Amino acid sequence: MAKVPVQFTLNGSEKAEFVEGGTTLLHALRDKIGDTSPKGGCHQGTCGACSVIIDGELRLSCLTLAETCGGADIRTTSGLAEAGVLHPLQRAFLDAFATQCGFCTPGMIMAAKVLLDHTPNPSREDVVEALSGNICRCTGYEPIIQAVLTAARANSQNAA
Amino acid sequence: MALALQTFSTVGDANAALKATGTRYLGGGTLVVRAANEGDISVSGLVRSTDPSLSAIEIDNGKARIGASVTMAAIARHPELGAIAKAARAVGGPAIRNMATVGGNLFAPAPYGDFAVALLALGATVDTDDGEMPIEDFLAGRDGSRAIVTSVRFELPKAENFRFLKVSRVKPKGVSVLSIAAALEQAGDSTVSSVRIALGCMADRPMRARGAEKALIGSTLNQDGIAAALAAAGEGTSPITDPIASAWYRAEVLPVHLGRLLLG
Ligand SMILES: Cc1cc2nc3c(=O)[nH]c(=O)nc-3n(C[C@H](O)[C@H](O)[C@H](O)COP(=O)(O)OP(=O)(O)OC[C@H]3O[C@@H](n4cnc5c(N)ncnc54)[C@H](O)[C@@H]3O)c2cc1C
Ligand code: FES
Ligand code: FES
Repeated sequence: MAKVPVQFTLNGSEKAEFVEGGTTLLHALRDKIGDTSPKGGCHQGTCGACSVIIDGELRLSCLTLAETCGGADIRTTSGLAEAGVLHPLQRAFLDAFATQCGFCTPGMIMAAKVLLDHTPNPSREDVVEALSGNICRCTGYEPIIQAVLTAARANSQNAA
Repeated sequence: MALALQTFSTVGDANAALKATGTRYLGGGTLVVRAANEGDISVSGLVRSTDPSLSAIEIDNGKARIGASVTMAAIARHPELGAIAKAARAVGGPAIRNMATVGGNLFAPAPYGDFAVALLALGATVDTDDGEMPIEDFLAGRDGSRAIVTSVRFELPKAENFRFLKVSRVKPKGVSVLSIAAALEQAGDSTVSSVRIALGCMADRPMRARGAEKALIGSTLNQDGIAAALAAAGEGTSPITDPIASAWYRAEVLPVHLGRLLLG
């Protein structure tokens, strides 16, 4: 079958690829473009490990066809650190021991990132709701919730 | 497996392409791409339309028209759809809600279809490229439907006249044990003057609780007043059994949750 061209921005840089029809964005990112930060946990929409931000909204890359992302602005966890300095969320996850095996972490961080982009001072409830599509088998969630709240506080202190 | 996706600017052209065998419409893809990922080879091609009317929400004179491509997230945050926002927020987690469309929800098999349950209680009209029909007829015939759903229309309820409850084990986003929606009006003496109740997970698709509706007319919303409705709640149901709950369990808890919804 003929391959289809797709073009989008990934963490600010232009990408162009030829994909087979039906290729998921997850597959295109990991196996074509080489950004392995989104993880394939279930390919069913259930675990959230593949979460990415498309045009400012949290999406599941395993259920998104790459072809539908033409012209989109795609953000993944691998684009967060700037000049070797971790993003406040990444820092907070490390400090709070919110990442153990690490498989859920990039998805959790993307979900937390959209939350903080829209709600810089979230309540605990907001955080739980924002992470409700992401499964973690290791941490028991509490350290993750604390990490997001800590990152939010760090952000608002920087802004002040 | 390779899947050919065809994108059309008009609904009419997309609908013509949808007539080919093995072809399905692509909404948000949360069910259809998942099926493809799981190896469902009955889908060989996908069709979608980027017609802007599919993504529009129009509210005019108390009447709402929601395009089939509108997502649950867009409904949940719309300032004039507050009365039904709860039902949209009940669908999946945040990422799913950014993808899941109204059109797709109308086709979602139980335990999914929470928003369709709300639309059924609201007595919505479903518009397809072939014409319009009441949601009941649409749901009954959806398995054989080859027409693209373009929008749903309904009269916006007053917030106090519309109730919605989703019961799930995992909070806050688990899949439904069951969901219930009720559009209910009360007369001056606070007896029930009109009511439509819709149930999710009590059959393979959303259904009306007609027995309970009948029993509620003219009664007062208190423990005694709703007793007959609760006794009739299970009439005509054949709940699904899945990893979330057995049919037996769903049947047992239905009256409990309906009672909470009506008294709450
Ligand atoms: C992890 C997870 C959790 C979920 N949780 C819930 C939940 O809590 N509650 C719930 O109700 N659902 C849930 N769902 C199911 C699903 O996400 C929703 O029902 C959603 O609304 C389906 O819409 P979609 O646009 O993604 O459908 P798609 O996958 O795009 O389509 C589903 C079906 O509908 C057909 N279709 C879609 N749009 C149209 C149209 N306009 N015209 C004609 N045919 C059309 C497609 O051809 C396909 O057969 C969940 C799914 C996942 C993966
Ligand atoms: S891999 Fe996408 S949700 Fe699990
Ligand atoms: S850290 Fe292992 S799954 Fe979350």
